[in-house]
Amino acid sequence: MSKPKKEHKMNETEQIPSRRSFLSILWIGLGFVALIEFIGIVAAFILPRKKRAKTGDFGAIIDAGPVDKFPKESVTAFIRGKLYLCRMKDGGFLAVSRQCTHLGCTVPWSDKEGKFVCPCHASAFDITGEVISPPAPRALDVYRLYIENNIVKVDTGKRIKRSGFHADQVVYDKKA
Amino acid sequence: MRPQNNPSLEVAGFFRQIFRSIFPDPLVPKSDQERKRYLLKNLILHFRPATVPEKTLKFTLTWGLGGMAAVLVLLQLGTGLLLKFVYVPTPLGAYNSILELNNAVMFGQLIRNIHHWCANFLVLIVFLHMLRVFFTGAFHPPRQFTWIIGLGLFGLVLTANFTGYLLPYDQLAYWAVTVSTGMLGYIPVLGSLFQQIIRGGNEIGPSTLNMFFAIHTAAVPMGLIVLMAFHFWRIRKSRGLVIPRVPGEKTEEKPVRVSTLPHLLLRELVVALVLVAVVMVVSVSFDVPLGNSANPGLSPNPTKAPWYFAGLQELLLHLHPLFAVFIIPLILAAALMVIPYLKFDASTEGFWFASVKGRKITLISAIAAIFAAITGILVNEYLFDSVAGLHGVPAIIGNGLIPFALIFLGCAGFYVLIKRRYSATNSEAIQALFVLILFVFLVFTITGIWFRGQGMKLTLPF
Repeated sequence: MSKPKKEHKMNETEQIPSRRSFLSILWIGLGFVALIEFIGIVAAFILPRKKRAKTGDFGAIIDAGPVDKFPKESVTAFIRGKLYLCRMKDGGFLAVSRQCTHLGCTVPWSDKEGKFVCPCHASAFDITGEVISPPAPRALDVYRLYIENNIVKVDTGKRIKRSGFHADQVVYDKKA
Repeated sequence: MRPQNNPSLEVAGFFRQIFRSIFPDPLVPKSDQERKRYLLKNLILHFRPATVPEKTLKFTLTWGLGGMAAVLVLLQLGTGLLLKFVYVPTPLGAYNSILELNNAVMFGQLIRNIHHWCANFLVLIVFLHMLRVFFTGAFHPPRQFTWIIGLGLFGLVLTANFTGYLLPYDQLAYWAVTVSTGMLGYIPVLGSLFQQIIRGGNEIGPSTLNMFFAIHTAAVPMGLIVLMAFHFWRIRKSRGLVIPRVPGEKTEEKPVRVSTLPHLLLRELVVALVLVAVVMVVSVSFDVPLGNSANPGLSPNPTKAPWYFAGLQELLLHLHPLFAVFIIPLILAAALMVIPYLKFDASTEGFWFASVKGRKITLISAIAAIFAAITGILVNEYLFDSVAGLHGVPAIIGNGLIPFALIFLGCAGFYVLIKRRYSATNSEAIQALFVLILFVFLVFTITGIWFRGQGMKLTLPF
């Protein structure tokens, strides 16, 4: 008689703490979930928003002009110089970003030297945006460019990072 | 009892009652007992302990650096609050509001000067304070976590300075912040996300200014106030500062304590007044310049990071960016945090540079570091361009992994050398390594600030 009673008691004393620890684990777990939610809300709040670009503003698709407006081997600055429209020797187009890939300075085009030279750390890039001299680690970014009815258009919302220059990045006027 | 029907006496009694309700105790305490009571009853003073160990009053223990930092923070809160009434956080408004501040607002330029100079002094003073704490061994238990909070405060001071740097929105501000946030892009995986968040887009613009303004005027001050309270409280919990001693002397179990009022407070007041006087003289004598309005299309040559990041920028000229702006700073920050938790052979508490031998080793390490850093910079500039790298080897190895491994081996070799040559304790050897890295960093910072000209070529500052 006495033996089963004892067992019963022991079971009870074992069960109660485990139930308690289960509840406290649950509470701590819920606390963590709340913390993650809190961090998520803060992060979502702070993350940069997508800006809706107005026509003609940076971030929208811009009409650069008719193909013939740009002489071969020329570089033209667009939208207060935020990007350069480069036309190669063979007539192909590239929309190159003005931001140096080293630390983000603005690279001006030097007609005399025929290259982009960064004033901050002397990185240099050729007309395709390819690095000629370091410290810049990769070629200048490009924007998506296409030619419609002989008009060059650039999607300034689509910036493409690239490690180097490839011939297939150049866009040609198919009719020509 | 005589009936009180004199109206003027009644009025006087009314005002005396109000005065007593605010100041229940005599304004000027006379005895030690009264002074202790006064300290406890006063809202501001009761943050301070009633007594402090007598030996810690010695000026050459602390050089008043912690107190100076606190005073500078208070000055920053005050002048910052004033500036906020004039400043407009938009790209066009910002520059014009600073012009207005300089030219039209009464004492506008003066308040701006005080805010600027205090900010720069603060970085310097907090850094020196950290060195003082390190070199007097004031990071051993029970002060381990006080050191960590101190590092947090240093981080906040740097954040405050850096976010404040952009606010005038002139060419200097715009491009310094461009290159500094440009460094973030080299952090693997999360780098460009961090960069996007802090810039609020791809380039520095209205969103960046808004973000920096919020951090500078709300987030950082709040953090500073909380961490400063925490820092001071920890110092009280460890029963005051580390007690200075001479070599061979044991740490005292029960040091003699004296009352804070007047012994400590009077000394602090003198330091504070001298500091305020220096700040005022500098602020009246040297106007903070304002360059041309920020022009995103035109980077000036040279474009430099703020002076406290000049060491980092210098490192970037020699090493692959991944190592220069990510791996090495991360290792150094982690090393600083780990210092109080290392296992030391002996406690170096309260004695400058750990021991008599430690002083000699410190001097040798400093000279070695200065020599190595200058040689390194000159060789890299004129003999071997490490950025161009080794021919046919990818930059991340040729200009990153190989030099990094060399630096690491150099540090390890130096540690072993100091330990063997001077049969040093590990406290002395760790200190030697700290000094080595500290002085290389100082040489790099000085080079970055004064010896880099057009296109970041080496030049003389005059």
